[in-house]
Order: sequence, then structure tokens, then C-alpha cells
Amino acid sequence: MSIAWNVFTPWSALAGGVLIGIASAMFLLLNGRIAGISGILGGLLKPVRGDVGWRVAFVIGLVVSPLVYLQFAAVPQPQIDASHVALVLAGLLVGVGTRYGGGCTSGHGVCGLSHLSPRSLVATLAFMGAGFATVFVIRHFFGF
Amino acid sequence: MLTFTSLLAGLVFGLGLIVSGMANPAKVLGFLDLAGAWDPSLALVMVGAIGVGVVAFFAARQRTMSLLRAEMKLPTARQIDRRLVSGSVLFGIGWGVAGFCPGPALVALGMGELKALLFVVAMLAGMGLFELFEVFKRRRQAAVLGSA
Repeated sequence: MSIAWNVFTPWSALAGGVLIGIASAMFLLLNGRIAGISGILGGLLKPVRGDVGWRVAFVIGLVVSPLVYLQFAAVPQPQIDASHVALVLAGLLVGVGTRYGGGCTSGHGVCGLSHLSPRSLVATLAFMGAGFATVFVIRHFFGF
Repeated sequence: MLTFTSLLAGLVFGLGLIVSGMANPAKVLGFLDLAGAWDPSLALVMVGAIGVGVVAFFAARQRTMSLLRAEMKLPTARQIDRRLVSGSVLFGIGWGVAGFCPGPALVALGMGELKALLFVVAMLAGMGLFELFEVFKRRRQAAVLGSA
């Protein structure tokens, strides 16, 4: 392992993390809910009366965030290298997996670990481990 | 009011994803590539988020109602089973393939990225498949109970 110091951005990572923490804290203390994005999105596919509006609002907040960011600074361009086929496969896996696993990076990774939940710790170790292994196989075994 | 605070929470969450670099799949894959030139930045995203989160969850556990008088819905599930682990592993594989998890994909969609749209549509299809499997499972269980 070698550390890529040239692309290491500790301060913006920490600041962005604190913002994510503030958003999760707000949502928990004001709405009484967990800011778990796969759960919020998944709940929209099986809509229950009176349980739709807040979900849609949260998703809209996420989607319009680049427009709000743009009022202060230029939005950093994301670099998406995956092919179209890979994106479809990845999307399917993320969709099925997060629903079976009961959460994603936000629900298990941020909220669950903040709640000191052993269940979320296991889930986080499982998806991080699988993520590390997958990138290893793709980049260093197949050499993409 | 709850709908408005939900919108606000989603917005601040999204800004955090942009500022932190999580909304950029190349950066996420740089973090997941332990054997290559490793970019440890995203570990600090977790440190920042959990640092704030721990305090909020501690405060939340002392309450039964939120500050806006909504029911405090803290997770009660505790079981660690095959469903939790295999689901999380599938998610991790998908995350490693494209560098997108659900939140950042929605933010990149808002940046007008067509590739993010493709990912989000596939992700929603995956979530729909899950709901379908659940319906089949319930029907099968009902049939077993009915024949018993």
C-alpha cells in the first residue's frame, strides 16, 4: 500500500463529514428518524399513506444540493469511469443489497455506528470489506 | 414543518457529500483501492460524521418525542443474520464496481450526470426486485401455513 498524498484532502473530507453528521443529527432530533438513504428511497416503492411526503422531500433536498452549492462555488465535476453495463450491474447490486442488508453507507455506516449498533458495525464491515475486495479484483487482478 | 425539515436535512446531507468528495466516484474508488495509490480521505468523512452523530444519538436516546413532537423512531432491530451480511456484501460489490452508493448517486444525478441517472434507475429496479421477492416469500409462507 502507498498513500496518494497528492489527492489526499483531509480538511474538506472532515468538513463534509461534519455536514453529513449535522444533517443526520437534525433529521434525528427534529423528525425523529434515521437519515438512511436506501431506506428512505426504498419506502417510496411500497408507499404507505402519510409516509410519502417527507421521503420525497429528503430526496429532493439531495438532488437539488448541487444547485444550492453552485450559488457559493463551482460544483466539482464527478468522474464516473464505469461503463454503462457496469453502472447497471452496480445499480442492481446496490439496490437489492441495501434493501436486504437494511441500510447503506448512511444508515448503517453513519447513523448505525453513531448509535453504537453491533448490527450496523457488522453490516459496515461487510460492505466495506466487499468494496475493498471488489476494487482489488477489478484493478489488480483483471487490471482495469 | 416535518416535510420542510426533511428537505433541509436532505439538502445539508447533499452539500456534505459534495464538500467531502463522496459525490465523486473516482475519489470513492481511490479510497477503496487499498493495494493501489490509496486515498485515505473518506475515512475522515466517517470520522467527522460519526463525531457529530454520536452526540445526536446520545441525546435522542433520552427522548421519546423529537423536538418537533414527532415520534422518536430509533432502530430496534438487533439480529445479525445471513440476510444482513449477504445483503451488505452485495451492496459492497456494487459500490466497488461503480464507486456509487445511494446518496452520492442522487447528488450526481442533480449535477445532470447521465451516467448517474442510469445507475439510479438500475438501483430503483434492484429495490423493486427486493419488494417482489418479499411478496413471493410471504405468499410461499402463507401457502405453507395454509396447507399445514
